[in-house]
Amino acid sequence: MSATFSRVNGPSELDRLISEKSCVRIACRYPISHARQFAGSGMHKGLSRAATFPYSLSMFDTRLSLRTLRESIANRSVSCREIAEFFLARIEKHNAAINAIVAIDPEIAIEAAKAIDRRRAQGESLPAMAGIPISVKDILCTRQGTTTCGSKMLAKYQSPFDAHLVSRLYESGAVLMGKTNLDEFAMGGSTENSIFGPSRNPWDVARTCGGSSGGSAAAVAAGLSPASIGTDTGGSIRQPAAFCGVCGIKPTYGRVSRYGLIAYGSSLDVAGAFAHTVEDLALVLASIAGHDPRDSTSLPDPVPNYAEEIHQTPTSLRIGVVREHLEDDGLDSELRDALQASIETYKRLGASIIDVSLPHSKYCIPTYYIIAPCEASSNLSRYDGAHYGFRAEPAPNTSGLSPLESMYENTRSQGFGAEVRRRILLGTYALSAGYYDAYYLKALKVRRLIRKDYDAAFEKVDILLGPTTPRPAFKLGEKINDPVQLYLEDLFTVGANLAGIPALSMPIGHTRAGLPLGMQLQAPPLRESTLLAAGHWYQQQTSYIPSIPPAFAASST
Amino acid sequence: MGITTNEIQRVASLAKLRVEQSDVGELSSQLSKVLDLVNQLAEVDTDGVEPMVHAFELSNVLAIDHALASLPRGEVLMNAPSHDEECFRVPPVMG
Repeated sequence: MSATFSRVNGPSELDRLISEKSCVRIACRYPISHARQFAGSGMHKGLSRAATFPYSLSMFDTRLSLRTLRESIANRSVSCREIAEFFLARIEKHNAAINAIVAIDPEIAIEAAKAIDRRRAQGESLPAMAGIPISVKDILCTRQGTTTCGSKMLAKYQSPFDAHLVSRLYESGAVLMGKTNLDEFAMGGSTENSIFGPSRNPWDVARTCGGSSGGSAAAVAAGLSPASIGTDTGGSIRQPAAFCGVCGIKPTYGRVSRYGLIAYGSSLDVAGAFAHTVEDLALVLASIAGHDPRDSTSLPDPVPNYAEEIHQTPTSLRIGVVREHLEDDGLDSELRDALQASIETYKRLGASIIDVSLPHSKYCIPTYYIIAPCEASSNLSRYDGAHYGFRAEPAPNTSGLSPLESMYENTRSQGFGAEVRRRILLGTYALSAGYYDAYYLKALKVRRLIRKDYDAAFEKVDILLGPTTPRPAFKLGEKINDPVQLYLEDLFTVGANLAGIPALSMPIGHTRAGLPLGMQLQAPPLRESTLLAAGHWYQQQTSYIPSIPPAFAASST
Repeated sequence: MGITTNEIQRVASLAKLRVEQSDVGELSSQLSKVLDLVNQLAEVDTDGVEPMVHAFELSNVLAIDHALASLPRGEVLMNAPSHDEECFRVPPVMG
């Protein structure tokens, strides 16, 4: 196995783990000094050519789209190697400010890009994502490097296999360029609960980039990755997309295989994509969606050609506005205004706007915060210090526990962070004798009522429109000690996970203070094409141009 | 409805987690707040509603009946905190 990721920006805890010789196949090709060098001032040789990257720098914003990158690769105005070097140079320059990418192997990335260039030179017809750099949330298994889930528990874990979607990305010619930061085991909404330390919002580094796929959203927003893969259990793609001003899609549950997606809430987890435009999301989703016999919940339905279908103008589109969401007292007033303006835009384009109700909306968060911790407590029972991951030694005097049990207890108490321990305890409590019916079973019943609300709404409309989050990005540290306040941020997103339907978030402007605002669109199961077409239509008609935060603009690279 | 410190210790033992005495107070207050939130579900009438375990209630998903290679033993064992040539090693089960 050629596992050679270098660590960037690891805090002292990780440095300590890495310096323990036993841990590190990750350091076998790159000494730690290389990792430091990568994170800091120097860059390995070969990147000097990035300075000759042929794009006009003033075109930076628009040319970061996958569409433009693909066109440039196809018409040979740029090589895949040059593209890889360009993004590596940007990562080197800007990652330290936001801590979005936590591991990367520049040499493997450049080798992969060169391999695509060779195929192109031989006249091969190249697959859809050929030469496109993409980063992947560090909860998706890659043979390359470690897969940590942002946890001490898996700080040294090297997957012996690639996640299904990672294999699919390789098949489509994408160049894996970095694993991204996340809340530990995807539990959180701020990317603050990570062994690598918090990621930051490129629009205001004192604020959160959202979570749990915060590293992916921040990497795309800052122009370090033109696209990224995240996962969404209760809003973990859409909320960071909204906070960082990028597009993010959570597909239908089962549309993308969970094989190699380290489980948090198995009936809710799904992988999806971040990019600058909805059109780019269609391209990435097409590359990762589809049936996989290794995931028995993966859907066998054929995958539509999203990249084609997105261009079908959705005439007579019926858009449902969720009254409960738009009239929520906690909704930020600037966000409400921006949503009203977006509704007006759709109306002007000829869509019909219909008020709809999801009467059980207010129960989405209570339902989610029973089901997700219950599933988590079961899924995370596998971390026992025996088969892989961190192990703590048993206590010398084990006070009634066998040495094995004491090892389990020490391993799990030291290996998991506070939020993960909280959710395991909550789930164990809700599943324990005497509480199962009152909590877990009750939540499953309410889950059906929530799904029925959606089914009823989708009899009247094609998509639902509303806010992604109640407010723009909050400050780092603001909610870290109050779990309930953080949970309430998921108000508008968890419904789609409970119902299993696809949803996307896209930017609709900024607050006066310059923070991005996001709009959520939701569609019936497997209607990603409708969702993407509606989003693309909006971006076309409003001549949407992705913006890059000024501090990350292409002044030098 | 709150969660008592005794219940926290009982649940921690079920989950094979240790909660230090000094942390029980804060944990109890945090978990009680979460329980207050989720207890709202009690007001929903769910008589006659079937529980929904999964987004798509598939059943009997069958795999093709032929043998596939499993992961190479060496690569799997490499991630184990302790192992010999063939097996995972753990502290004594009885002790």
